[in-house]
Amino acid sequence: MPMLTLADLGVLRDTEVDGEVVVVSITPTYSGCPAMATMRDDLVHRLTDAGFPRVEVRVVLSPAWSSDWITEHGRAELRAAGLSAPGPAKKGPVGLTLSPTRRALTCPRCGSARTEVISEFGATACKALYRCVDCFEPFDHVKEI
Amino acid sequence: MNHDSVYDGLLGGDSSQWAFGTDFEDPLAGVDTTVPAGVDGGELAAYCLMLGDDTLVLSQRLAEWCSRAPELEEDIALANMALDLLGQARLLLARAAAADPAVVPVLPAGSPVPAEDALAFFREAGQFRNVRLAEVVNGDFAHVVVRLLLFSIARLAVLQRLSGSGDAVLAAVAAKGVKELTYHRDWAGRWFLTLAQGTEESRKRLVSALEQLWPLRDELVTAHPVELSLAAAGVGVDPAGVRDETDAVLDQVLAVAEVDRPQRAPLAGIGGRTGRDGMHTEALSRMLAEMQVVARAHPSGRW
Repeated sequence: MPMLTLADLGVLRDTEVDGEVVVVSITPTYSGCPAMATMRDDLVHRLTDAGFPRVEVRVVLSPAWSSDWITEHGRAELRAAGLSAPGPAKKGPVGLTLSPTRRALTCPRCGSARTEVISEFGATACKALYRCVDCFEPFDHVKEI
Repeated sequence: MNHDSVYDGLLGGDSSQWAFGTDFEDPLAGVDTTVPAGVDGGELAAYCLMLGDDTLVLSQRLAEWCSRAPELEEDIALANMALDLLGQARLLLARAAAADPAVVPVLPAGSPVPAEDALAFFREAGQFRNVRLAEVVNGDFAHVVVRLLLFSIARLAVLQRLSGSGDAVLAAVAAKGVKELTYHRDWAGRWFLTLAQGTEESRKRLVSALEQLWPLRDELVTAHPVELSLAAAGVGVDPAGVRDETDAVLDQVLAVAEVDRPQRAPLAGIGGRTGRDGMHTEALSRMLAEMQVVARAHPSGRW
């Protein structure tokens, strides 16, 4: 999702500048997030270009990332790119849900409220795949976790 | 380094890196891995291997489904769940190595293989601590649905308790895993219903898979002495303590699906030893042979 900055996505947890050294803390969205190395590489690259010769990237595992941390700006960027932004994440004990997850979504392309889930697992771990019943276009929904 | 090439990011830009394995970054970089006071590092490492090997081995079995699922969407779903489990395995194996470096296989001096990869690729079957449910050979689609249902119900119950662990790494891995396993369990439960209420053929296959896998379920909710010891220290979870809860969730699915609970007895250990003790079925050796062959052929391979 290149339209989001790491801060928009909520994975950027902390930055500390101490003279020439920058310490950046990031957290993975999902345990197996394959983008962590790329995020780290991008951070080092951008900060080096910005004049910080020493960049340290730390991984923070707790608290676990939540889709609630995606910023308002990030949500607007997602919608502008044709993706559906997550609703509030569930909190507390998790019950088994045997019927399809209910989400009140609108199609990011035509605005229709008539949508149906195709799969809870989309092109990446953080997205579910939906389809608009009116314009028939499939679209990605960023999942609530 | 030329940052305009996407391959630089993939390769980490460091030619000293090992050419294989999951990634090029220590997944616990910057995380405090001090062993909690009063806990034996060796026991903590063994416990992390138990949980981590479950997810590593099951992840490999799910990855074998890639391009073979009945629909593209389910192919992607299985790959996504495999990735979640692999991510959990990386953290748990790295945590095991940090808790007790003695568990990591010794490779030739100067070997570029990180500890988590040494644990994944250079241990023999008898050193794996996973439950046997994770390792048995894949069957049809009903088989993977039942395997994931049985596993995710028990694992979710354990992780919910483990998120309060006295070990900060285990607590963090568990809190994150709860979110992921919730999706896995829902996926498996929904497919269980769909197959049970589908055609005569789908129901027959589902019931057959449940009967076949049922003897392997007990190991998920049976405590090993290491689990008991760490549970007593407030660091681990006694899986026998979640037996009632997993029964209740499973009964909920079985009731809606109108499928009877199988009556088959648990698969016995050999001389009392089961997967948690490193006693496995033949399937694990064969699976590891495929998973490990390239890494073992090129232990010093670099990009």
